[in-house]
Amino acid sequence: MSVGLLYALAGAALFAIGLAGLLALPHLLRKILAFNILGSGAFLILVGLGQRDGSVDPVPQAMVLTGIVVAIAATALALALARQLLERTGRMRLPEDRDDAEVDDA
Amino acid sequence: MKHALPALIVALAALLGVALAAALLDLPPHAVRLPGDVAANLAASGVAHPITAVLLNFRGYDTLLEIAVLLLALFGVLALVKPHAATPAVPAHPLLQTLAKLLAPLMVLVAGYLLWVGAIAPGGAFQAGAVLAAAGVLLRLAGLLPAWAAPGLLLRAGLALGLLVFVAVAVAVLGHATLLTYPPALAGGLILLIEAALTLSIGLTLAALYLASTEVRP
Repeated sequence: MSVGLLYALAGAALFAIGLAGLLALPHLLRKILAFNILGSGAFLILVGLGQRDGSVDPVPQAMVLTGIVVAIAATALALALARQLLERTGRMRLPEDRDDAEVDDA
Repeated sequence: MKHALPALIVALAALLGVALAAALLDLPPHAVRLPGDVAANLAASGVAHPITAVLLNFRGYDTLLEIAVLLLALFGVLALVKPHAATPAVPAHPLLQTLAKLLAPLMVLVAGYLLWVGAIAPGGAFQAGAVLAAAGVLLRLAGLLPAWAAPGLLLRAGLALGLLVFVAVAVAVLGHATLLTYPPALAGGLILLIEAALTLSIGLTLAALYLASTEVRP
Protein backbone atom coordinates (compact mmCIF):
# COMPACT_ATOMS: atom_id res chain seq x y z
CA MET A 1 0.00 0.00 0.00
CA SER A 2 1.46 3.34 -1.06
CA VAL A 3 1.47 6.48 1.08
CA GLY A 4 -0.89 8.14 -1.39
CA LEU A 5 -3.48 5.40 -0.92
CA LEU A 6 -3.13 5.76 2.85
CA TYR A 7 -3.96 9.48 2.49
CA ALA A 8 -6.99 8.58 0.38
CA LEU A 9 -8.21 6.09 3.02
CA ALA A 10 -7.77 8.74 5.74
CA GLY A 11 -9.76 11.06 3.48
CA ALA A 12 -12.59 8.50 3.29
CA ALA A 13 -12.63 8.31 7.11
CA LEU A 14 -12.71 12.13 7.40
CA PHE A 15 -15.52 12.26 4.83
CA ALA A 16 -17.62 9.81 6.89
CA ILE A 17 -16.90 11.68 10.14
CA GLY A 18 -17.81 15.00 8.55
CA LEU A 19 -21.01 13.62 7.02
CA ALA A 20 -22.12 12.15 10.34
CA GLY A 21 -21.41 15.46 12.09
CA LEU A 22 -23.21 17.48 9.43
CA LEU A 23 -26.35 15.36 9.80
CA ALA A 24 -26.35 14.54 13.50
CA LEU A 25 -25.16 17.73 15.24
CA PRO A 26 -27.83 20.38 15.73
CA HIS A 27 -25.57 23.37 16.53
CA LEU A 28 -24.91 25.35 13.34
CA LEU A 29 -21.27 26.13 14.12
CA ARG A 30 -20.64 22.39 14.55
CA LYS A 31 -22.46 21.73 11.27
CA ILE A 32 -20.21 24.23 9.47
CA LEU A 33 -17.09 22.68 11.02
CA ALA A 34 -18.32 19.20 10.06
CA PHE A 35 -18.94 20.44 6.51
CA ASN A 36 -15.30 21.58 6.38
CA ILE A 37 -14.06 18.22 7.68
CA LEU A 38 -16.17 16.50 5.01
CA GLY A 39 -14.63 18.75 2.36
CA SER A 40 -11.10 18.15 3.64
CA GLY A 41 -11.79 14.41 3.36
CA ALA A 42 -12.77 14.84 -0.30
CA PHE A 43 -9.61 16.89 -0.94
CA LEU A 44 -7.44 14.27 0.76
CA ILE A 45 -9.00 11.52 -1.39
CA LEU A 46 -8.31 13.51 -4.57
CA VAL A 47 -4.70 14.35 -3.69
CA GLY A 48 -3.99 10.90 -2.27
CA LEU A 49 -5.33 9.09 -5.33
CA GLY A 50 -3.32 11.47 -7.53
CA GLN A 51 -0.06 10.19 -6.08
CA ARG A 52 -0.85 6.59 -5.21
CA ASP A 53 1.63 5.25 -7.78
CA GLY A 54 4.46 7.38 -6.39
CA SER A 55 4.49 10.18 -8.96
CA VAL A 56 2.61 13.42 -8.23
CA ASP A 57 -0.28 14.28 -10.55
CA PRO A 58 -0.57 18.09 -10.82
CA VAL A 59 -4.19 18.03 -12.05
CA PRO A 60 -5.89 16.93 -8.78
CA GLN A 61 -3.56 19.25 -6.85
CA ALA A 62 -4.78 22.20 -8.93
CA MET A 63 -8.41 21.03 -8.52
CA VAL A 64 -7.98 20.82 -4.74
CA LEU A 65 -6.40 24.28 -4.63
CA THR A 66 -9.50 25.60 -6.41
CA GLY A 67 -11.72 23.60 -4.07
CA ILE A 68 -10.04 24.99 -0.94
CA VAL A 69 -10.75 28.56 -1.99
CA VAL A 70 -14.38 27.74 -2.83
CA ALA A 71 -14.73 25.97 0.54
CA ILE A 72 -13.41 29.10 2.32
CA ALA A 73 -15.93 31.26 0.47
CA ALA A 74 -18.78 28.86 1.27
CA THR A 75 -17.73 28.72 4.94
CA ALA A 76 -17.66 32.52 5.19
CA LEU A 77 -21.14 32.76 3.67
CA ALA A 78 -22.44 30.00 5.96
CA LEU A 79 -21.02 31.79 9.02
CA ALA A 80 -22.63 35.07 7.95
CA LEU A 81 -25.98 33.28 7.52
CA ALA A 82 -25.64 31.52 10.88
CA ARG A 83 -24.87 34.83 12.56
CA GLN A 84 -27.89 36.43 10.93
CA LEU A 85 -30.04 33.57 12.28
CA LEU A 86 -28.54 34.09 15.75
CA GLU A 87 -29.35 37.81 15.66
CA ARG A 88 -32.91 37.21 14.47
CA THR A 89 -33.92 34.20 16.59
CA GLY A 90 -31.28 34.07 19.33
CA ARG A 91 -30.61 30.41 18.50
CA MET A 92 -27.75 28.69 16.69
CA ARG A 93 -29.84 25.85 15.34
CA LEU A 94 -32.25 25.42 12.47
CA PRO A 95 -35.96 25.58 13.28
CA GLU A 96 -37.34 22.06 13.71
CA ASP A 97 -40.84 20.67 13.58
CA ARG A 98 -43.13 21.92 16.33
CA ASP A 99 -42.89 18.70 18.36
CA ASP A 100 -39.12 18.66 18.30
CA ALA A 101 -38.91 22.34 19.27
CA GLU A 102 -41.00 21.68 22.37
CA VAL A 103 -38.80 18.75 23.31
CA ASP A 104 -35.71 20.95 22.92
CA ASP A 105 -37.14 23.71 25.05
CA ALA A 106 -38.24 21.34 27.81
CA MET B 1 -35.29 7.16 21.92
CA LYS B 2 -33.88 10.70 21.65
CA HIS B 3 -30.44 9.34 20.79
CA ALA B 4 -31.68 6.72 18.32
CA LEU B 5 -31.47 8.98 15.26
CA PRO B 6 -27.89 10.27 15.84
CA ALA B 7 -26.74 6.70 16.49
CA LEU B 8 -28.36 5.57 13.23
CA ILE B 9 -26.71 8.46 11.34
CA VAL B 10 -23.28 7.62 12.78
CA ALA B 11 -23.74 3.94 11.89
CA LEU B 12 -24.77 4.76 8.32
CA ALA B 13 -21.90 7.24 7.89
CA ALA B 14 -19.43 4.64 9.18
CA LEU B 15 -20.89 2.14 6.69
CA LEU B 16 -20.42 4.71 3.90
CA GLY B 17 -16.83 5.30 5.03
CA VAL B 18 -16.07 1.59 4.89
CA ALA B 19 -17.70 1.32 1.45
CA LEU B 20 -15.66 4.32 0.24
CA ALA B 21 -12.42 2.78 1.57
CA ALA B 22 -13.27 -0.53 -0.13
CA ALA B 23 -13.93 1.32 -3.40
CA LEU B 24 -10.60 3.18 -3.09
CA LEU B 25 -8.71 -0.07 -2.48
CA ASP B 26 -10.48 -1.69 -5.42
CA LEU B 27 -9.70 1.09 -7.93
CA PRO B 28 -8.03 -0.04 -11.16
CA PRO B 29 -4.75 1.64 -12.15
CA HIS B 30 -4.97 5.04 -13.85
CA ALA B 31 -6.88 4.81 -17.13
CA VAL B 32 -5.67 8.24 -18.26
CA ARG B 33 -2.10 9.46 -17.80
CA LEU B 34 -2.67 13.13 -17.05
CA PRO B 35 0.82 13.85 -15.59
CA GLY B 36 2.33 12.77 -18.91
CA ASP B 37 0.01 15.10 -20.86
CA VAL B 38 0.83 17.97 -18.53
CA ALA B 39 4.58 17.37 -18.83
CA ALA B 40 4.35 17.10 -22.61
CA ASN B 41 2.55 20.45 -22.95
CA LEU B 42 4.36 22.30 -20.16
CA ALA B 43 6.79 24.00 -22.56
CA ALA B 44 3.89 25.62 -24.46
CA SER B 45 2.01 26.73 -21.33
CA GLY B 46 4.06 29.86 -20.60
CA VAL B 47 5.04 28.74 -17.08
CA ALA B 48 7.46 26.12 -15.79
CA HIS B 49 5.48 24.82 -12.80
CA PRO B 50 2.92 22.11 -13.63
CA ILE B 51 0.30 23.12 -11.03
CA THR B 52 0.32 26.76 -12.16
CA ALA B 53 0.12 25.55 -15.77
CA VAL B 54 -2.98 23.46 -14.94
CA LEU B 55 -4.61 26.25 -12.92
CA LEU B 56 -4.08 29.14 -15.32
CA ASN B 57 -3.72 27.49 -18.71
CA PHE B 58 -4.94 23.90 -19.19
CA ARG B 59 -7.97 24.32 -16.93
CA GLY B 60 -8.13 28.09 -16.79
CA TYR B 61 -11.93 28.13 -16.78
CA ASP B 62 -11.95 26.42 -13.36
CA THR B 63 -9.97 29.32 -11.96
CA LEU B 64 -12.17 31.82 -13.81
CA LEU B 65 -15.30 30.33 -12.24
CA GLU B 66 -13.59 30.11 -8.88
CA ILE B 67 -12.89 33.84 -8.66
CA ALA B 68 -16.52 34.41 -9.71
CA VAL B 69 -17.71 32.11 -6.87
CA LEU B 70 -15.48 34.00 -4.43
CA LEU B 71 -17.01 37.30 -5.52
CA LEU B 72 -20.55 35.85 -5.27
CA ALA B 73 -19.91 34.65 -1.72
CA LEU B 74 -18.76 38.15 -0.81
CA PHE B 75 -21.94 39.61 -2.34
CA GLY B 76 -23.91 37.23 -0.13
CA VAL B 77 -22.00 38.27 2.99
CA LEU B 78 -22.33 41.98 2.13
CA ALA B 79 -26.07 41.54 1.60
CA LEU B 80 -26.37 40.05 5.09
CA VAL B 81 -24.43 42.60 7.14
CA LYS B 82 -26.08 45.88 7.99
CA PRO B 83 -23.85 48.79 6.87
CA HIS B 84 -24.75 50.92 9.88
CA ALA B 85 -23.89 48.04 12.19
CA ALA B 86 -20.22 48.29 11.25
CA THR B 87 -18.22 49.92 13.98
CA PRO B 88 -14.98 51.86 13.49
CA ALA B 89 -11.77 50.18 14.50
CA VAL B 90 -11.09 50.02 18.22
CA PRO B 91 -7.34 50.42 18.85
CA ALA B 92 -5.81 47.26 20.27
CA HIS B 93 -2.77 46.84 22.53
CA PRO B 94 0.12 49.12 21.37
CA LEU B 95 2.43 46.11 21.07
CA LEU B 96 0.02 44.36 18.69
CA GLN B 97 -0.38 47.57 16.69
CA THR B 98 3.39 48.01 16.31
CA LEU B 99 3.84 44.35 15.37
CA ALA B 100 1.04 44.55 12.79
CA LYS B 101 2.56 47.72 11.31
CA LEU B 102 5.91 45.94 11.00
CA LEU B 103 4.49 42.70 9.63
CA ALA B 104 1.98 44.05 7.09
CA PRO B 105 4.59 45.45 4.62
CA LEU B 106 6.60 42.23 4.92
CA MET B 107 3.46 40.20 4.16
CA VAL B 108 2.83 42.30 1.05
CA LEU B 109 6.44 41.59 0.04
CA VAL B 110 5.95 37.84 0.61
CA ALA B 111 2.74 37.97 -1.45
CA GLY B 112 4.63 39.60 -4.30
CA TYR B 113 7.34 36.94 -4.09
CA LEU B 114 4.80 34.09 -4.05
CA LEU B 115 3.06 35.58 -7.09
CA TRP B 116 6.33 35.80 -9.03
CA VAL B 117 7.72 32.42 -8.00
CA GLY B 118 4.46 30.68 -8.97
CA ALA B 119 5.73 30.41 -12.55
CA ILE B 120 8.58 28.07 -11.59
CA ALA B 121 7.85 26.69 -8.10
CA PRO B 122 4.97 26.19 -5.64
CA GLY B 123 3.22 29.53 -5.26
CA GLY B 124 0.89 31.63 -7.35
CA ALA B 125 -2.13 33.88 -7.09
CA PHE B 126 -4.02 31.94 -4.41
CA GLN B 127 -1.16 31.58 -2.00
CA ALA B 128 -0.18 35.21 -2.54
CA GLY B 129 -3.79 36.33 -2.13
CA ALA B 130 -4.14 34.34 1.09
CA VAL B 131 -1.05 36.08 2.54
CA LEU B 132 -2.46 39.47 1.53
CA ALA B 133 -5.78 38.60 3.18
CA ALA B 134 -3.96 37.51 6.35
CA ALA B 135 -2.27 40.93 6.43
CA GLY B 136 -5.70 42.57 6.17
CA VAL B 137 -7.14 40.45 8.98
CA LEU B 138 -4.07 41.16 11.15
CA LEU B 139 -4.47 44.91 10.62
CA ARG B 140 -8.16 44.63 11.49
CA LEU B 141 -7.42 42.68 14.67
CA ALA B 142 -4.86 45.31 15.65
CA GLY B 143 -7.57 47.96 15.24
CA LEU B 144 -5.82 49.68 12.34
CA LEU B 145 -8.48 49.03 9.67
CA PRO B 146 -12.17 49.91 9.83
CA ALA B 147 -14.83 47.31 8.95
CA TRP B 148 -15.65 46.98 5.25
CA ALA B 149 -19.41 46.55 5.54
CA ALA B 150 -19.96 49.25 2.89
CA PRO B 151 -17.00 49.08 0.47
CA GLY B 152 -16.19 52.31 -1.36
CA LEU B 153 -15.72 52.63 -5.11
CA LEU B 154 -11.96 51.99 -5.06
CA LEU B 155 -12.34 48.88 -2.90
CA ARG B 156 -15.15 47.56 -5.07
CA ALA B 157 -13.00 48.09 -8.17
CA GLY B 158 -10.17 46.12 -6.52
CA LEU B 159 -12.56 43.30 -5.58
CA ALA B 160 -13.83 42.99 -9.17
CA LEU B 161 -10.47 43.56 -10.92
CA GLY B 162 -9.39 39.89 -10.95
CA LEU B 163 -12.59 38.63 -12.55
CA LEU B 164 -12.71 41.55 -15.02
CA VAL B 165 -9.09 41.10 -16.16
CA PHE B 166 -9.59 37.33 -16.45
CA VAL B 167 -12.76 37.74 -18.55
CA ALA B 168 -11.10 40.45 -20.68
CA VAL B 169 -8.14 38.15 -21.45
CA ALA B 170 -10.53 35.25 -22.14
CA VAL B 171 -12.49 37.39 -24.63
CA ALA B 172 -9.30 38.78 -26.20
CA VAL B 173 -7.86 35.33 -26.95
CA LEU B 174 -11.21 33.82 -27.99
CA GLY B 175 -10.39 34.42 -31.67
CA HIS B 176 -7.16 32.41 -31.31
CA ALA B 177 -8.71 29.02 -30.50
CA THR B 178 -11.06 27.59 -27.87
CA LEU B 179 -11.85 29.28 -24.55
CA LEU B 180 -8.74 30.41 -22.63
CA THR B 181 -6.24 28.90 -25.06
CA TYR B 182 -3.46 31.47 -25.05
CA PRO B 183 -1.11 32.01 -27.98
CA PRO B 184 2.08 30.23 -26.77
CA ALA B 185 4.27 33.29 -27.37
CA LEU B 186 2.08 35.49 -25.14
CA ALA B 187 1.06 32.83 -22.58
CA GLY B 188 3.69 33.70 -19.95
CA GLY B 189 2.86 37.41 -19.96
CA LEU B 190 -0.91 36.86 -20.01
CA ILE B 191 -0.73 34.39 -17.11
CA LEU B 192 1.36 36.84 -15.07
CA LEU B 193 -1.13 39.64 -15.85
CA ILE B 194 -4.09 37.47 -14.78
CA GLU B 195 -2.29 36.25 -11.68
CA ALA B 196 -1.35 39.76 -10.59
CA ALA B 197 -4.98 40.91 -10.87
CA LEU B 198 -6.18 37.69 -9.20
CA THR B 199 -3.74 38.12 -6.29
CA LEU B 200 -5.08 41.59 -5.54
CA SER B 201 -8.74 40.54 -5.86
CA ILE B 202 -8.38 37.26 -3.94
CA GLY B 203 -6.52 39.03 -1.15
CA LEU B 204 -9.14 41.78 -0.94
CA THR B 205 -12.07 39.34 -1.21
CA LEU B 206 -10.80 36.93 1.46
CA ALA B 207 -10.00 39.87 3.73
CA ALA B 208 -13.41 41.42 3.01
CA LEU B 209 -15.20 38.16 3.90
CA TYR B 210 -13.77 38.70 7.39
CA LEU B 211 -13.71 42.49 7.56
CA ALA B 212 -17.24 42.95 6.24
CA SER B 213 -18.84 40.93 8.99
CA THR B 214 -16.78 41.72 12.08
CA GLU B 215 -17.86 44.14 14.67
CA VAL B 216 -15.46 44.77 17.49
CA ARG B 217 -17.51 44.35 20.62
CA PRO B 218 -16.16 46.13 23.69
